[in-house]
Amino acid sequence: MLRTVLIRTLPRVFGISKCQYSAATIPKPSAQPEVHYNKLFINNEWQDAVSKKSFPTINPATGEVICLVAEADKADVDKAVKAARDAFRFGSPWRRMDASDRGLLLNRLADAIERDSAYLAELETLDNGKPYAVSYSVDVPMVVKCLRYYAGWADKWEGKTIPIDGDFFCYTRHEPIGVCGQIIPWNFPLLMQAWKLGPALATGNTVVMKVAEQTPLTALYVASLIKEVGFPPGVVNILPGMGPTAGSAIASHMDVDKVAFTGSTEVGHLIQQASGASNLKKVTLELGGKSPNIIMSDANMADAVEQSHFALFFNQGQCCCAGSRTYVQDTIYDEFMERSVQRAKNRVVGDPFNLKTEQGPQVDEEQFKKIIGYISSGKREGAKLMCGGGVAADRGYFIEPTIFGDVQDSMTIAREEIFGPVMQILKFKTVEEVIDRANDTKYGLAAAIFTKDIDKAHYISNGLRAGTVWINCYDVFGAQAPFGGYKYSGNGRELGEYGLDNYTEVKTVTIKVPQKNS
Amino acid sequence: MCSTWCYTISPYTLPVGKQTNMSSQPENGQYHMDLNLDHGDTESRQTIPMPIPDLEVQYTKIFIDNEWHESCSGRKMQVHNPATGDLLCEVEEADTEDVDKAVWSARAAFQLGSPWRCMDASDRGQLLTRLADLVERDRLQLAVRKTHAHTHTRTHILKRTHILTYGEYFTYTRHEPIGVCGQIIPWNFPVMMFAWKIAPALCCGNTIIIKPAEQTPLTALHMAHLIKEAGFPPGVVNVLPGYGPTAGSAIAHHMDIDKIAFTGSTAVGKLIQQAAGESNLKRVTLELGGKNPNIVFADCDLEYAVEQAHSGLFFNQGQCCLAGSRVFVEDSIYEEFVRRSAEKARNKVLGNPLVPGVDQGPQIDQKQFDKILELIESGKREGATLECGGGPWDQRSLFIQPTVFSNVTDNMRIAKEEIFGPVQQIMRFYSVKEVIQRANTTHYGLAAGVFTNDIDKALTVSSALQAGTVWVNCYNAMSSQCPFGGFKMSGNGRELGEYALQEYTEVKAVTIKISQKNS
Repeated sequence: MLRTVLIRTLPRVFGISKCQYSAATIPKPSAQPEVHYNKLFINNEWQDAVSKKSFPTINPATGEVICLVAEADKADVDKAVKAARDAFRFGSPWRRMDASDRGLLLNRLADAIERDSAYLAELETLDNGKPYAVSYSVDVPMVVKCLRYYAGWADKWEGKTIPIDGDFFCYTRHEPIGVCGQIIPWNFPLLMQAWKLGPALATGNTVVMKVAEQTPLTALYVASLIKEVGFPPGVVNILPGMGPTAGSAIASHMDVDKVAFTGSTEVGHLIQQASGASNLKKVTLELGGKSPNIIMSDANMADAVEQSHFALFFNQGQCCCAGSRTYVQDTIYDEFMERSVQRAKNRVVGDPFNLKTEQGPQVDEEQFKKIIGYISSGKREGAKLMCGGGVAADRGYFIEPTIFGDVQDSMTIAREEIFGPVMQILKFKTVEEVIDRANDTKYGLAAAIFTKDIDKAHYISNGLRAGTVWINCYDVFGAQAPFGGYKYSGNGRELGEYGLDNYTEVKTVTIKVPQKNS
Repeated sequence: MCSTWCYTISPYTLPVGKQTNMSSQPENGQYHMDLNLDHGDTESRQTIPMPIPDLEVQYTKIFIDNEWHESCSGRKMQVHNPATGDLLCEVEEADTEDVDKAVWSARAAFQLGSPWRCMDASDRGQLLTRLADLVERDRLQLAVRKTHAHTHTRTHILKRTHILTYGEYFTYTRHEPIGVCGQIIPWNFPVMMFAWKIAPALCCGNTIIIKPAEQTPLTALHMAHLIKEAGFPPGVVNVLPGYGPTAGSAIAHHMDIDKIAFTGSTAVGKLIQQAAGESNLKRVTLELGGKNPNIVFADCDLEYAVEQAHSGLFFNQGQCCLAGSRVFVEDSIYEEFVRRSAEKARNKVLGNPLVPGVDQGPQIDQKQFDKILELIESGKREGATLECGGGPWDQRSLFIQPTVFSNVTDNMRIAKEEIFGPVQQIMRFYSVKEVIQRANTTHYGLAAGVFTNDIDKALTVSSALQAGTVWVNCYNAMSSQCPFGGFKMSGNGRELGEYALQEYTEVKAVTIKISQKNS
């Protein structure tokens, strides 16, 4: 069963060869991994919060407290920024380090994470609730690949020489911006950490990172590896804490040069304003989505059903790029619906440490309640509940895989980000119509098209206002491919070479020369 | 003019052959640089045509959808000649409603399938080239309307990069236009700022709503006329004269503008950034103020450094965001540098800017004039030594005497605040480490200069300075190929060069499932 499930979903989507996925290669997990680190990581040291406060982190599969974690607030952010600023001062070991050595450190970090991948996957599943098979086979390998990708960039991020007019020699230096505040979410704790650290460190910045209060544990373990592999003190500082306190202190800090945030659009607005109200720090945002997934009548039906299922239900539906508006052409609508319902009913929900499990609990009670609320609104507003719609276990935050049919564009479930295992299927007739409807949203993060027709594929993909478009696939990520949003889904791009731009200040240096020659 | 990526920088015809003159001396070595034009250079002055004294103002309305409109409110604003204080004309004043009309038009021009969206990229390039030709044709009129004509073109090919991902996929990126771009430009280089903003935006296929400064709307309106004449489709460029708190704010807060680019003060830049956060998270690029250090080491060519530091500050009546307004001079040459700088300032010719031979015209308006005088007074009060100038010139209008302060310390207001006028601050320093630290002790980070013959000092100091542009043994050397923009509170993003195209592009990653990947 496991093999079937995985082969059906993960390998195709994440493109890692099947052999790595066979059950035999996934080590049997411990459902109670030991927690080694629960303090703030500042200047390569473990520290209690200045306030001495701590908060509980919960196992969402049971609702039980895993442990207490030190809670950073403004005073701790100040300490971390000071450490990061000191690590960034002109002439510091980090500033003087060869770019190739920065790359080497990132590679060593990737190696250490790979070495400890089983433990990290256990800890991730414990804290976040995602199935261990996924933590181990998807999250951790992608973290390693991301860090290795950016390790390679460290000594290849070149400025330009510029043929300026006149007797001058002109070049650009790609300099690090300085102290970067990074605020990451709970849905892919390890992976979001790697997406943020990779480009920031490759380009020579220093980092003050606030990790989500729901899922601080793996980030703190990675902090220990950062110290182990030899990053100088102050280069990376990791602070567990709450958004309105520690997060806000980073966004408003007068000595943080840049802030990168992944999370809700609502908080993205606050971050942008905080920058304007403080020191105009550079801002990049990766925010919400309500991504359209368009199924044309000529698509391979079985594949489209499976991919659309995966597009929405992967990671318990907790993806900013989830394909949460599935537009199906009218001639195949009924068959697509029937098969999708069948697939959702077969989805295995349960203990995330069980290797057969496809879907674990939602991350916390707040999200759980929010999703149940959206399901009620769907029923109330007249969408047709095709399956699921309820709670899936007596304890923990489990929700049944849910599908709504006859969804109208104006319904709340078709406009707002649900961030849960709730699929909306909508009917359309023509290409022009579906492009308009797909773009009729404030979001613009991702989109997908299923069709065999090359003209339709290109026409629609060009017309969609989204930072990522998948054709005949969904959720395909590689560290090489840029990811980010149009419109309210954010600004800037992560991953790929483009990701480096957002951690770079370009300095133009122009030198008078006695005589220019070509 | 060259055919690609080209600026017709200046309304002044350049002396043929001078650009390759290797033995150019400092006094005539700056002809290629618009920003550095030394009007005292008699050789290049000979090629400047006599200005048109009583130019008739042709365009005074709001330009939307390639048509001239009156303002929805019926309000007009007055445009004055700063040299005389006389009323030049009245211009229709855009406000929120006009911005809405313009956004509607720009949005329609950006619809999928519109002539502008379907146009070949090479044809977009052709339109920009044609516009540059028209600007060149009309350069005298444009120059008389206040300033240097400045535009550039680039035949931009929609860039696609293909990327290897893991597995059986083919991935490419499309560099798409962002959409409707709001652009707000200042009064200090009206035509040049217009060109810096519209050229990369149009090059990438965006549509535009541009608000010129209320002090200087006329050249922008003439450019609007040329845009129509060149053949840009309706709605692609809309020009709205108006005020910041009304029209500017409406652009910054608009829910259907996808990007805003602003050049102006840091105080307003902060409002723009917040407006984006409060409204629709439009992309923001900012080019803001500066308090730029210009560091002069004892081993430099002293006379040349004095001359460059002088033009680095006094150019354009000191009204440059990149003015070298903190001149740090090494102890051993300090007195001589101050003496020569004061002498140079005293020799400046003030007068009617339309008269050849005049070095310095009036400040732009009464508000700026008052602010500059107030800062000069603060300099005297806080104990700086006034070497020359220090007050108004010619009581009739807005002229200020070229002013030099020595013995300026870092904590004085004139060493910290952007003066935006003909007031030069000269400070003393002793060591490399000290001057780097002092130069960087500012919220700003736009530009910096270093004068030295020592390659180690040049490279160390230029690396250490927190500034988007560093000039070594020159100042204000810029051309359209070089990116320009600020560190810290001097802004974010870059204009000019290839880098500027990123600021007008949304990157779309398209990943396609394929049956079998081969390298």
